[in-house]
Amino acid sequence: MQAGKPVLYSYFRSSCSWRVRIALALKGIDYDILPISLIKDGGQQFTKEFKTLNPMSQVPTLKIDGIILTQSLAIIEYLEETRPTPVRLLPQDPKKRAHVRMISDLIASGIQPLQNLSVLKKVGQETQLAWAQAVINSGFGALEHVLQSTAGKYCVGNEISMADLCLVPQVANAERFKVDLSSYPTINRINKTLLTMEAFQVSHPSRQPDTPPEFQA
Amino acid sequence: MRMLGKGNPSKAETLDVLLSQTQRPTTAWSPLAPAPPTLLLAPPFTKQILREIPLFKGHWNRMAVPEKPVLYSYFRSSCSWRVRIALALKGIDYDILPISLIKDGGQQFTKEFKTLNPMSQVPTLKIDGIILTQSLAIIEYLEETRPTPVRLLPQDPKKRAHVRMISDLIASGIQPLQNLSVLKKVGQETQLAWAQAVINSGFGALEHVLQSTAGKYCVGNEISMADLCLVPQVANAERFKVDLSSYPTINRINKTLLTMEAFQVSHPSRQPDTPPEFQA
Repeated sequence: MQAGKPVLYSYFRSSCSWRVRIALALKGIDYDILPISLIKDGGQQFTKEFKTLNPMSQVPTLKIDGIILTQSLAIIEYLEETRPTPVRLLPQDPKKRAHVRMISDLIASGIQPLQNLSVLKKVGQETQLAWAQAVINSGFGALEHVLQSTAGKYCVGNEISMADLCLVPQVANAERFKVDLSSYPTINRINKTLLTMEAFQVSHPSRQPDTPPEFQA
Repeated sequence: MRMLGKGNPSKAETLDVLLSQTQRPTTAWSPLAPAPPTLLLAPPFTKQILREIPLFKGHWNRMAVPEKPVLYSYFRSSCSWRVRIALALKGIDYDILPISLIKDGGQQFTKEFKTLNPMSQVPTLKIDGIILTQSLAIIEYLEETRPTPVRLLPQDPKKRAHVRMISDLIASGIQPLQNLSVLKKVGQETQLAWAQAVINSGFGALEHVLQSTAGKYCVGNEISMADLCLVPQVANAERFKVDLSSYPTINRINKTLLTMEAFQVSHPSRQPDTPPEFQA
């Protein structure tokens, strides 16, 4: 591992980690991955060492420029401010920026946390599938409406943004929980478009250093 | 009747009446509207008279008058409180349209409100001709369009990242897990223990984070968006009987912030829709 390269603590299937992996790929930033399995050994995120890095015991966590950052959107905004080229992840216009953040937050606060691993554990094995589906359907129903006002080729107009980085991983979660995406044509269309892009492919859960054989591309 | 954000609390009216009022075109004269050249040169006394003459009055009234922002808010919604603090700190005058999350099965579920916010949540802000949802997206928009008199994010990118990290820890990692709709799904018997577990888990982590980042406030010695998230979340913790003595840094910063006017005027106990039993 080279000194000075950013280090991303990531789990192959964590949608929040995937958001950051896409950002790093779009910005052409070379980095190392330190995989944290959320399952093995009772969950490697709970070790004392990892808790020191991220007291929330969550991925992603990024070591960069001598600091440790947590929270995927805070990380992405930092990358945007310090490495604006070659691809911008937020538009210049304040109203469009607000729409990008609004959609990102709808997903990152309004959907994903309600169906993450620790909540599903609390809810219990019998209820967790129905719970996850309800949460995702509720959020995607709202998001579909929002996108009808904001979307062009991508979530906000015709430029890729942080909102798109949140969308694709959340659609993957939806698929894992067997949510029927045909009710969400705009989400579906944008997701398909984005998945053709290299940054979304190299960062894909099926192509990570910690991807188990049964999930590999 | 509209309620001023800074202001004078008066009786909340029904959503229907208030929504219809927001659609009425504004024709009031505003001192901010640019005056036509002939009127500009007239002395103030003359301007006052001229304005009353129908020819000039009509002209005056047709000038563009920026509409006041409108915040859809619930007195006890911690997410709404974050935005109320931001508006107060930035000295932005606004109107509140209260949305009760309890009455009538929850006014956030009406067809009219769902049109404004398909997530059926508060806060929602009408400003500059657009509708914004998600408290942190709203706050960042206010910061970018109205940077003075108080900045809510520092200049340094690393400090900005810390501000957003703490804000997101609260706004994604704690609050959504104990909001009204989740507690309903969890059920009455389990909800108190659930809320306490979620808040204790999050505050335990936050206390550690603050030990590296905090000065007088959450990040160093300048107030920021992180502080706007902290105070309302502490209020939630108190509502769910969480023991705050385990979190001395959170406690200290919360107390400091509550002495500030912006945190007081925006307080849940002083809103137009605050029920009598919760009023200050």
